[in-house]
Amino acid sequence: MRLAEHRYRTVSGIRGPLLFLEDVLSARLGELVRITDPNGQSVEGEVLKINGSQVLVQVFGDTHGLDVGRTEVAFADTVKQAPLGQGCLGRVFDGSFRPRDDLPMFVPERWAPLTGRPINPVARAHPQEFIETGLSSLDVLNTLVRGQKLPVFSCAGLPAREITEQLLRQSRLPGEGEFVLVFVAIGLTHYDYHFYQQTLEGMQSRFVAFINLADDPVVERLLAPRLGLAVAEDLAFEEGMDVLVIMSDMTNYCDALREIATAREDLPGRRGYPGYMYSDLAALYERAGRIHDRPGSVTMLPVLTMPEDDITHPIPDLTGYITEGQIVLSRELHQKGVYPPVDILPSLSRLMQHGIGEGRTRGDHRELANRLYRGYAKGRDLRRLEAVVGRDGMLAEDREMLDFADGFEREFVHQGDDRRGIGESLDVAIGLLERFREVLP
Amino acid sequence: MNGKVKGISGATVQVTLPDLQIGDRVFVGEQRLTGEVVRLDGPVATVQVFEENRGLGVHEPVVSAGGPLTVQLGPGLLGGIFDGLQRPLPGLRSTGGDFIAAGSTRLALDMERSFELKPTVRPGSDVKAWQQVGTVTEGHIDHPLFAAVPGVLSEISHGPWTLDRELGRMQDGQWLQGWHSWPVRAARPYRRKLSLSRPLVTGQRCIDLLFPLLKGGVAIIPGGFGTGKTVLEQTIAKFADVDVVVYVGCGERGNEMAGLLDEFSQLQDPRTDRPLSERTIIVANTSNMPVAARESSIFTAVTMAEYYRDLGLDVLFLADSLSRWAEALREISSALEEMPGEDGYPTYLNSRLAGFIERAGVVETMSGAEGSLSMILSVSPPGGDFSEPVTQACLRVSGALLMLDTSLAHRRHYPAINWTQSYSLYSSEAIRHFALEHARWPELRKQCRSLLQREESLREVAEVVGMEGLQESDRLVMRTAEKIRLDFLCQNSFSDDAFADPETTLTRIERLIDEHVELTARLDEGVPLSEILKEAADATG
Ligand SMILES: Nc1ncnc2c1ncn2[C@@H]1O[C@H](COP(=O)(O)OP(=O)(O)O)[C@@H](O)[C@H]1O
Ligand SMILES: [Mg+2]
Repeated sequence: MRLAEHRYRTVSGIRGPLLFLEDVLSARLGELVRITDPNGQSVEGEVLKINGSQVLVQVFGDTHGLDVGRTEVAFADTVKQAPLGQGCLGRVFDGSFRPRDDLPMFVPERWAPLTGRPINPVARAHPQEFIETGLSSLDVLNTLVRGQKLPVFSCAGLPAREITEQLLRQSRLPGEGEFVLVFVAIGLTHYDYHFYQQTLEGMQSRFVAFINLADDPVVERLLAPRLGLAVAEDLAFEEGMDVLVIMSDMTNYCDALREIATAREDLPGRRGYPGYMYSDLAALYERAGRIHDRPGSVTMLPVLTMPEDDITHPIPDLTGYITEGQIVLSRELHQKGVYPPVDILPSLSRLMQHGIGEGRTRGDHRELANRLYRGYAKGRDLRRLEAVVGRDGMLAEDREMLDFADGFEREFVHQGDDRRGIGESLDVAIGLLERFREVLP
Repeated sequence: MNGKVKGISGATVQVTLPDLQIGDRVFVGEQRLTGEVVRLDGPVATVQVFEENRGLGVHEPVVSAGGPLTVQLGPGLLGGIFDGLQRPLPGLRSTGGDFIAAGSTRLALDMERSFELKPTVRPGSDVKAWQQVGTVTEGHIDHPLFAAVPGVLSEISHGPWTLDRELGRMQDGQWLQGWHSWPVRAARPYRRKLSLSRPLVTGQRCIDLLFPLLKGGVAIIPGGFGTGKTVLEQTIAKFADVDVVVYVGCGERGNEMAGLLDEFSQLQDPRTDRPLSERTIIVANTSNMPVAARESSIFTAVTMAEYYRDLGLDVLFLADSLSRWAEALREISSALEEMPGEDGYPTYLNSRLAGFIERAGVVETMSGAEGSLSMILSVSPPGGDFSEPVTQACLRVSGALLMLDTSLAHRRHYPAINWTQSYSLYSSEAIRHFALEHARWPELRKQCRSLLQREESLREVAEVVGMEGLQESDRLVMRTAEKIRLDFLCQNSFSDDAFADPETTLTRIERLIDEHVELTARLDEGVPLSEILKEAADATG
């Protein structure tokens, strides 16, 4: 603890979101600072680097109006903390935790650092309670469980927004429980924001939103998810709630990370994204989970757009390496009119094994899922053959498999706006498989 | 000696502290965060901090530990779960709560756990260094205890004994301890390396038949995300025929570690009927823990693995994933502003990796026993592109490649081992061994491979002329190959089929190949394929 507050007017340079300070007596890594420009406007920032008495500060927000000489920087002697407590429920904030809904700030019950601390692996309870999303392609083949992080990989122009909104509205926990939603918008367009706003209104007070719009400061794109997760962790592990975190669009997050990294002259990695992007994303995604002997959970559904529809692009690639599976949307299915256009083959829920079967979903779930995969994978393989030799050059049973793949997409994956309970989804699967019993025993 | 923090940039901290050596452990700041000296410039030392250091301030105190980063070695490590600095995670939880706090210290070994000590030498005997002086029982193994120094023994403990008590005493007054510390970066000594000869049975049909491994060998498993690296590593950790398994989750998911812990405490070792956790040591450095500890975690783990090798045991070391280790090395190197090599990795990546992998092998231990350390390492190439530096560096120093294939995984063909591109340089030696018990092993393996190869080329033909355009004998090959893929190569880790011993592996391939030979003979007699297949289907019911 320092006895006196430290204030300096020793800014020696400003570059992008970075501020260089000289002659600083004492500073901490990550220390919160308040920067006040000559007109009395102020923004926050945090200490990035210290070299003796030189300090590098990252500014959260707009640097317009800051100058060398008159700008004042005050050091807070603490790292940036998020205000916490049930008062945040039903509220909408920006990427710096300022109310966006014209209401006064709530009175915090607690404060905690934004970055959180890693959950001790031995304290983690392995996620295994089934969450019913109402979408057959998820519930039967890519089952989501409480405490999982399962991203949606979308392509530009696909209805990721509609699917996310549907997941928000209709996901159900086993038993009585209801989700509390933490919605983090990152670089969202106003148009998309209005779309989500209606859903939020429909959730009564069971949500907290952090909205960083496309024209808001880039640094806040990095803050918004951290604020959202600090709140989610608190609601889950202190208040015992089941929290569902939706973060959209993580591609904007990664682009902001690249932009800031470039300003900081960090060594660029693949496609210009910094080499630490894996660790950075992991620090967010790993905050999902459940803890032994505590109620509450954090389940995450991040949404990202694959640049150029390329799943090997660093953003989806690193995400897939961290998350517990992925839901991949397909342009081809979308063009065929399938909704939701979930491509089953590259999609995966890694935690499905423990979330299905007797007592969780239904006894026949595993076996049905295996048969569906097998049939659809084979049908998709055969489509390539069909493209070359034509349907007539194929064996009768192979033609059957092609029909199965079509039926699978049209009847099972496609469901329009309907919500299907798990029982209903499994019954659709049974009906379909029954018709192709000859080729899919 | 006391010093102070001078500069901080992420986990890299500049300190002023005299008389340091590269590799020394230091305690940084009021929280006493563990760090390692990585660079010396005159009076200023650069320290890599292994713990979360947000909030660390300049001018905070720094003290030297007076030596390098070490791990504690002794009886009681089995069943343990440690972080990258060998702090026991259950202990951290009981004192620090569910979230990991920086600056916690806990000893790896339980100094108060009671063992039944049986001396193997009498007081008055002349003992050499590394000579066994006693035994304790640790889980399923007899854990020998060695004399660290030579001399004439004057006393030796027996009966109930704990690590904090002396093991014995020499006539010159020196006393013997049952445990010791060892620098993590230094390989443990052995008398000499022996050649590899005994197979490492993994219980995975695809590996044991097509790409068999040897004890003391090194295999790598590269694969894009979701191809099954983790499941394969964990399945092998359960079933491999070794005495001790050391598993490092290096920069991977916390939930996976939780799943592993759950399973290992419930499952039994099929060979000893004791809980699997009793033969396993887990090192968990999840992806959200500091990168420097991620880098050190594999050294912490491999040092413990060597310790059990030195007891004359067969040890299997599994790391998931080595890419995360290499990336940690890259992050550290870039923070030190070192000259980057390919894809930003430091130019010493290859030599560092080679040095680490050389710790595998079969050795004659210092006490004259034979011990082995095998390694199976997963690699996570960005974008699933195997030409990247880490995969390539690993390929050069390993003896077997089990390449996981995204398209197989998408079809739910698990383990998704690509059978045309994978290889094992240990095959001939391993097959010779298998053949001693199963004479048909080499022949069946050959037939299996050839059928799979023929399928590959026939598939290309079929893509032009269609299946209808293939000859009947070729269609039979396609059918058998499909059966081999589905009934033999596929092995679901979440079913009773997860583990196959060599006998059942052999019978299963034997059945498939013999059937193929039979059906081919019928075809040669002029019976149409459709009829033959119908007969075969009726026969199996
Ligand atoms: N041998 C196997 N048997 C059954 N399922 C498997 C097997 N290997 C992988 N899987 C499935 O694939 C998923 C991804 O596997 P995982 O090992 O986590 O991939 P990676 O570590 O390569 O990203 C698992 O969650 C599981 O559903
Ligand atoms: Mg994995």
